[in-house]
Amino acid sequence: MTSLFLGTLQRDLKLAFRRRSELANPLVFFVVVITLFPFAFGANAELIQLLSAGMIWIAALLASTLSLDGMFRSDYEDGCLDDLILASSPLGLLVLAKILSHWLINGIPLIIVSVLAGLLLSLSADTVLALCVTLLIGTPVLSLLGAITVALTVGLRNAGMLLSLILLPLYMPVLIFSVVAVDNARAGLPYTAELYFLAGILVLALTLCPLATAAAIRVRMS
Amino acid sequence: MYKWIHQFGSPKYFYDVSFRVSFWCGVVCVIFLLAGLYGGLVLAPADYQQGDSFRIIYIHVPSAWMSMFVYMVMAVSGGISLIWRIKVNEVIARSAAPLGASFTFLALATGSLWGKPMWGAWWVWDARLTSELILLFLYLGYMALVSAFEDRRTGARAGAILALVGVVNIPIIHYSVEWWNTLHQGPTVTKFSSPSIHTSMLIPLLLMWIGFMCYFFSVLMIRARAEILEYEANASWVRDLVNQSAKRRSI
Repeated sequence: MTSLFLGTLQRDLKLAFRRRSELANPLVFFVVVITLFPFAFGANAELIQLLSAGMIWIAALLASTLSLDGMFRSDYEDGCLDDLILASSPLGLLVLAKILSHWLINGIPLIIVSVLAGLLLSLSADTVLALCVTLLIGTPVLSLLGAITVALTVGLRNAGMLLSLILLPLYMPVLIFSVVAVDNARAGLPYTAELYFLAGILVLALTLCPLATAAAIRVRMS
Repeated sequence: MYKWIHQFGSPKYFYDVSFRVSFWCGVVCVIFLLAGLYGGLVLAPADYQQGDSFRIIYIHVPSAWMSMFVYMVMAVSGGISLIWRIKVNEVIARSAAPLGASFTFLALATGSLWGKPMWGAWWVWDARLTSELILLFLYLGYMALVSAFEDRRTGARAGAILALVGVVNIPIIHYSVEWWNTLHQGPTVTKFSSPSIHTSMLIPLLLMWIGFMCYFFSVLMIRARAEILEYEANASWVRDLVNQSAKRRSI
């Protein structure tokens, strides 16, 4: 059971590293969106700092939605999803491996780049730390919730549009808690309560989302 | 008992029964809506603070209740259709979605009509308003997903999964939005902390609520009947039905 889990993980990571240029796209998008905000609000350092948490998180939500689009697409097109259903391990576990690989490929680099974004917006070290921690807990939730939606929409006409339409409202709680945590850190207030809420959401998503994604794949492939 | 429930799973039986359900719900709906409107608009006294403009609650509150109730109907029906693969439940979940979305829209629209004179703004980023708006987005997402599938049954089952995901998410969204709002408390405060509503105002509200419920079930049945005919377009009973009505028309 574990070997199949690790095998799926390894395969996905290997596939992703074979297409390195595609890996960078969501990150470039993330930085570009963040650069847009100062143009929209004016280069007023105080105002930018005030909005920084929300800006970075909204950019992260959009970037992760874009990167999700490809999560199951090639597997859907070449029939690998059928093989996953027929595999001897439970489908939920294999889906978890795919979600984990998606997060490793997209979530981790996003966290690293967000440090740069924090410097770009001249945030203090504490604020950047809070930002990284919220991203560390929050981005897996994005991948988990996204997996359900991607499984439902893969292969449809207009799948990308549909994906963001369905997904972004579901991201609301993660956005709220993360932004409040970063804002508190910027104001020098404690933010552990928000982190606990985020962690709670992560645990709930980790338990339920793989099962829901497995159900969604079964519906799609039946 | 089981047998009695089971027969509702047959599209043909459902089609026959649902006509009567739709008709009688419609009759009850008209009676209760008229009674509720008379009670609410004529008999109930004007509010000592809000004057006559409070009377919009007779539309606003029932539609807000219905917006959540319809989502539950959709999710429960979707869950049943996923577990037991009952066609009738797929149809009910699909037909309920546009109704739920319109109740949500009605609640938002009447709320903002009332908010303008009361709060001085069409829209306030209040927790209840915001979660209602997100509920509308969830309905729209469901409808977009279901209609994107060529195959109706796959679409309905994909939608059922989404509805169940939404049911788990709605409380989380609701409480996180509420929590967000208490931190960012704006200039306006909705003070409904003491739900002390006078009986003369409450009774019309309950009448309206029953009227809205019956309206929902009546229209749900009409929509579900139309959907079922499309689902079963190749079944022999539908063909017989069409032939009969064609014959009747030619006479």
